[in-house]
Formats: sequence, C-alpha cells, structure tokens
Amino acid sequence: MTIDDRAEEILESLWVGTEEMGREEVSLDDLGIKEEDKALQNLISQGYVSRDNDKVALLKEGRDEAEGTVRRHRLAERLLVDILDVKGELVNESACKFEHLLKKGIDDKICTLLGHPKLCPHEKQIPPGICCKETRESGVKLVSPLTGLKPEQSGSIAYLASRDSKKIKKLMSMGVLPGNRITLVSGFPSYVFQIGYSQFAVDREMAQNIYVRVEGEGRS
Amino acid sequence: MSIFRAAGGAGCHGAGTARLQERENTATLKDMKKIAIVGNPNVGKSVIFNSLTGAYVNVSNYPGTTVEVSRGKGRFGDAGYEVIDTPGMYSLLPITEEERVAREFIMEEKPDIVLHVVDAKNPGRMLPLTLQLIEAGLPVILDINIIDEAERVGLEIDTRRLEEELTIPVVATSGISGKGMDELKRRISEYKAGKAISIAYNETIEKCIKEIEDQLKGEYIFSRRAIGLLLLQEDPEILEIVEERERTIERIKEIISKIKSVHANPFHFSITMRRQAVAGEMLKHILKSRRPDRVSFQEKLNRMMINPVTGIPILLVAVYFGLYQFVGVFGAGTLVDFLEEVLFGEYINPFFIWVFESIIPWPVIQDLFVGEYGILTLGLRYAVAIILPIVGTFFISFSILEDTGYFPRLAMLVDRLFKKIGLNGRAIIPMVLGFGCDTMATMVTRTLETKRERVLATLLLALAIPCSAQLGVILAILSAKPLALLLWAAVVTLVFLLTGFLAARLMPGERPDFYMELPPLRLPKLTNVLAKTVSRMQWYLMEVIPLFLLASVLIWAGRLIGLFQLVIRGMEPLVKIIGLPEDTALVFLFGFFRRDYGAAGLYDLQQEGLLSGNQLVIAAVTLTLFVPCIAQFSMMLKERGLKTTLGIILFIFPFAFLMGFLLNILFSFLGVQL
Repeated sequence: MTIDDRAEEILESLWVGTEEMGREEVSLDDLGIKEEDKALQNLISQGYVSRDNDKVALLKEGRDEAEGTVRRHRLAERLLVDILDVKGELVNESACKFEHLLKKGIDDKICTLLGHPKLCPHEKQIPPGICCKETRESGVKLVSPLTGLKPEQSGSIAYLASRDSKKIKKLMSMGVLPGNRITLVSGFPSYVFQIGYSQFAVDREMAQNIYVRVEGEGRS
Repeated sequence: MSIFRAAGGAGCHGAGTARLQERENTATLKDMKKIAIVGNPNVGKSVIFNSLTGAYVNVSNYPGTTVEVSRGKGRFGDAGYEVIDTPGMYSLLPITEEERVAREFIMEEKPDIVLHVVDAKNPGRMLPLTLQLIEAGLPVILDINIIDEAERVGLEIDTRRLEEELTIPVVATSGISGKGMDELKRRISEYKAGKAISIAYNETIEKCIKEIEDQLKGEYIFSRRAIGLLLLQEDPEILEIVEERERTIERIKEIISKIKSVHANPFHFSITMRRQAVAGEMLKHILKSRRPDRVSFQEKLNRMMINPVTGIPILLVAVYFGLYQFVGVFGAGTLVDFLEEVLFGEYINPFFIWVFESIIPWPVIQDLFVGEYGILTLGLRYAVAIILPIVGTFFISFSILEDTGYFPRLAMLVDRLFKKIGLNGRAIIPMVLGFGCDTMATMVTRTLETKRERVLATLLLALAIPCSAQLGVILAILSAKPLALLLWAAVVTLVFLLTGFLAARLMPGERPDFYMELPPLRLPKLTNVLAKTVSRMQWYLMEVIPLFLLASVLIWAGRLIGLFQLVIRGMEPLVKIIGLPEDTALVFLFGFFRRDYGAAGLYDLQQEGLLSGNQLVIAAVTLTLFVPCIAQFSMMLKERGLKTTLGIILFIFPFAFLMGFLLNILFSFLGVQL
C-alpha cells in the first residue's frame, strides 16, 4: 500500500481543511484537483478518503497517514529554517519536496534532532509523533517553552516563537536571544527568569514565546 | 518613572537647581559643548547626571524613573559643558515612548559627546547599544557604571582592553560612591572623536545597506549606514524623516521590499543577533567571572518577595508599617495633632485672626482670610497642618520602598490580577502612588503603554483609590469601629476590582504585555530618600496647594452669593436617600473642592456624634468613590482630555451615590447595626 507524492499532498490539504479549519469535507476546487484525478482515485480505492459529488472527506483510515504527511511537511520547514537557514518563499517550496523524503522513521530522527518542536515556523501545530510522546513520558524535554520549565531549571534559548514583532523586540531588549543562557527563577504568579546577572518578570503570553533547549532537570 | 515630568512647563523634573542654572545661562549655553547621557533603563544615568552637574534629578531603583530630558551644567578641565539626562533606551530602534523621546533628542540636539552608561553586571546585554551608537557615527564614551556591584558578584572587566577593541574611551565608575568620576570627567575634557570600529552583517544585509546608502543624499545626524539599517528594520519615524529629504524614496522602498521577500526572519532579528554575537565575542577575553558559591542575602530576599506565599505577608508588613503605622498613626495622628492643635490652634490662627480683625474693618474680607473657611485659617491650615504631614510621610515611605527595588516585584505579584482589570503589573506604581496623591498618580499614568490602560487607570484612581489625606481622616473616623473599617475597605476594594473588570470588558483593546526588569534589591540611601521626598513635596506645594487655596476662595465666594446653599439644598434629598443626615450634603460638596475637606467635614460630624456606625460607613464609602478633588480633576483634563474626563465624572457621580444607596438598603435589610 503505497501512495505517491501527489496523493500525499491531497491528504495534507484534507487534513488541514478538516482538522485545523474544522470543515466536514473539502471541495475538489479547494483541493485544486479534478474528479478523475489519478491520485484521488488511488486514495479512494485504498479507503483513505471518500468522495460525494465535488466534496471529498477524510476517512478514519486516512487520518493517520494524512497527519503523518502534515507532520513531515512542518518538520521539514523547521529543519530548513532552523538548521539550514533557508529563507522566504524557498522554505515552503523546498519543504514540499523535502517532506516526501522523510519516510517512516526518518521524521522521528529529524524531530529528535530539532528537539521535538511543537510549532512550525508559521506557528502551526506540528502533530506529535511517537518520539515526542516517548520523550514526554520519560520526562526528558529537549526544547520546551519557558512555561514548561521547572523553577531553577536552565538552558540555552533555542528560538523565539512569536510572529508579533513588537513582542519579539521586547523580548530581545531583555537579552532573550537565541544562544543566551536562561534560568527560570519562578513560574508563579508571573514568570521570572534570569539572563546574565539580570532578572526579568514577564507574563505567560511572553514566556510562551521563549523556547529553551533544556540542560538538566532542576529541583522539583 | 518620574513623578516629576514637567507638567506644562510648570512642574519640574528634579529640584530647581538645574532649571535655575539653565535660565541663568541660556546665553552662554549655546557655546557650550553638549554631553548626552544615554543607556538602558536603571543603569544609573541620573546618578551620573547628578554627579556631573551637582544638580538633583529623581533617582530610584526602578526602571524608567526618568521619562523626560533634564539639563544641567558641569565644568570639566577648562571647559563648561551642558549635561543632559535622557530616559532609558534599550536600542536605537525604539519600542516605548521614553525610547522615542531619547532618540529624538539625540537627533535634534547633536550632542558633542554621547555618554553611554551601562550596568557593569550586564555588559553583554548592553554593549550592543554601544555598537549601535558607534555605528550611527556618534561621539561615544562608554561608562561602565555600578562597577562596585559587579565586583561584589565576582565580575571583572578589563576596561583597557575593551577600549582597544571598541576604539572609544571606556571608564568604570560607581556613580553612587563617586568612584571613577574624576577619571570620567578627565576623559570627557580630553575627548576627541576618532575613527571607530564597524560591524559587518551578512551579505544580503550589507548589499542592501550599500544600495540604500547610495540613494541617501540628505544630511542626517546618524551615519547613512545607521539610517539604512533602521530603514531595513522598518522604523516608521526614520522612514518619515527620509521621505522628507530624499527624492528617491520610492526607489529606497523598492530596495527594501525586494529584499524582504527573500528573507524569512525579520531584519531586526538578524541585525540584533549579529550585534549580540560581536559583543559576546569581544567580551570573551575582557569579562572574567568567578561565581560566588553562596546565595546572597539579597537573592534570598528576592525569592521571598516574588513567591506569593512569602510575598503577600511581606506586602502586608510593608503596608502595615509603611502605610498604617508611619503615615496613619505617626503622620496623620501625632504630627497632625501637633501642627493642627498646637501650632495652628494656639498660635498661628489666633495671630492671623487678631491681625486681620484689627486691620481690616469689613467682615466679608475678614471672612475670606480668617473666617470659618478662610484662606489662612482653613486653606493654609489644612495645607500645612493636615496635608503636609500626611503626604510627606507617605512620600518618605514610598521613596524608601521605591529605592529598595520592591515595586517591580510587587508588579510581578499583581500582574495576573491587574490583567483582569485591563491593566498590567506596571500599573502598580500609579495605583500605589494614588494612595499618596491621586493627582500625582493621574499624571504618572502617562507612563503606561497603551491609551486604554491610561484611561482605565485614570478611572480607577478617580473612583476607588483614596488619597492619603482622605485615607488619614477615614482611618481616624473608622478606627474606633474595626468592623466598619473592614467593611469600608472591602466595599472599596470590591468596587475597584468590579469596575476595572467591567470597564476592561466594555473598552476593548489589545492585551497589554507585562515585561519588567527586576532590579537588584538595594539598601535605600537616606540622602536620596530625603532629596526625593523634598522634590515631590515641592511639586505638591506648587501644583496642588494653589488649587486648594483657590478652593477656599471659591467656597467663600460661593457662600457669599448663596450659590452653595442652593447646591447644598439640591443635594440634600440625594443625601437623604442614602440614609445620611442633611448636614452631610455640605461634606460632599466640599469633597469636590478637596477630598480631605470632605473627609474632614465628616470627621467633625462624627465628633459631634451626629452619625451612627452605619451612616459612617455609607458616608465614607460614598465619599471615597465620589468625584476626585479639584486638583485631580484638572490633572485629568490635562492628561486625558475633556471627553474622557467628563465621561469618567458622569459615571462616578451617580455610581458613588448608587453604592451608598445599595449599602443603606443592604444594612436595613440585614438589620446591620455597626
């Protein structure tokens, strides 16, 4: 049971349409395909999707497969932006090709390399894989938002997740920059962290945007 | 956050010295060289300013104490200099109003020397601004300040080597103790601008700056390179300036939008990262640190303050001793008793009465000065004997707390609660200050980030924060009945939270971000606390007391022409509805002229035994909520404009009486007898 790249794209769009945008089904127009499309026929015959006139719905059997493709696409984007420093339109273009190379198992390896990121560069959720669930259960978090740290836990700042440039500027003015060491001093009622010899207090919304590569377990 | 921003030119930033000097020397100032002091918030710029000029501007352990530029004069070597203190800035690319003020100032004044003050404990975070200033082609001297604290935490900075790396003068100082100040003055007097280092960014950025630079033909204070970088980071003010001066602006915009489309991260990010990296690399060999093994006492105290379990008891202790014992019992009790009864009651008032009755034959004029509501017998007596000790002791408490660095920690504790009422933790400063003087607090609300926060804070100050004068009298009246006092406090707190909650819902707007540096805890210096208290009192005397004296005149005139009797008669039914005797109508009317007048009037009624416990609580609550005093009202007009102020007043007036009415009904319904 294999599906080709084109079919993966269809699954991806369907997943985004149904899971993230909350629709029941997606029209052929929105998917940008024709009724007689081969990839679509293939997906229907494998029992992944169903078609009712011009509406296509994602079936239970196809959901996992679709989620996997979305996961691979977004992981690819993170890899391209964070590690390979690719910019602009190129990110999406390359990610579309890249994702098809991240076959079963490789995506988890990339995911681990990146520290099980939760969001893609466009701030969309990356569906968690088995590797993410395992690390969460074993309590080892590689990259976590500051809000996930325990008091006294430190690490180095991995990236800032906000797209709001005002928030980013505020964070940067406090020395919250990738590479800097950060220690969570207190997590309630607001978040207090230390960078260098300075301590800062921020609210949850700001703290959530700071992703930290955690170094060790702090005292609980 | 300065309490002393020049208010319409009349108020002043610090004590009058700097201003006086400025007035005297306006002719010679033009020929003087200018030194602009810039740097991150809370690095001690104002301390350096004071030390260089011998003037006094407000200094506290709170980021953002200075919100306006202040000027002074100093003589180093053979030359006189004009020294200018600016609000804190994190970067040449401004986020806040203060940063904008600071940058605009540099661009307009073209200083001969830019003295960049940094905190010696955090050179890594602050050096990027030095690099930016150098990049902008400004004549920079780097002052590594608070060097004593850095040494205490085990940091060593090789200033010689840093000087070589940066190719600008570098001096280590401790502004408070005066260490290094002579060296700083010497370096200022010897300063000659030279060729400074330049940072290279990545290829895309460099290429783009080069292209923009080629298009820039006008004259700028900042180097073309810096202008190019700021344009790349989409700085609206710089764009405006460039638009005015360049005919090729469309071409420049084109260059920027072209490069933006192929760059994933905002340029601001890449540029900041690069500067950070350069600074980090530089400091590698210059900064040596030994980590102290033990956690310092300061750090332990810090942890206790920011943990609610210990932090709330600490807050209560601070309120009990700082507010209740010192301001309430000592200021409003001991001091007021002495000044009012002994000084005025036995000496000053009888003297004035005697003078006026013997030299002025007309009772009407006598009345104006020494009558029941006379300018001298009542206006001045209240100002000196009641307000001064209460407000003065409050300012002392406030200054001490401010200098320890406690307020940012309190801001951190209350942020979640304040978010619910549309504010953020930062608003704690105007709110606490409101307990001293709501007028001053209303002025300070201008330091809040968004307009929505400023309006909400103004409303809450006008409605539910009793000023110290009022608080003092209310405490005196209700202290005999602890239950009544508790009830009053509970009702007012509830109104504060509920109104804030509802107003925040009614007034949509962006959720304010809370972010704040927690400065190190420090032991306050007595001289600084006193200097600050004096300069705040000075402000108070200049801004508030004249209005109070004016109120005396108005009351006199109002009584004379019978207008007051009319208004009082109009208010009597209202007062009756909320279950109070008719006499209290007068109290409410006076309450508008001065909050404390109202409260003090209430005090008299209570002394005469005219009010029951229930009535006292109702009157105290209504009076607390009731319209602000005339001084606060005029400050609201100045800060928020006519429309907002009228809106707030139109809400408060009926609301205060409604609350009194509800309390009255509730009391009789539940059969409460206090």
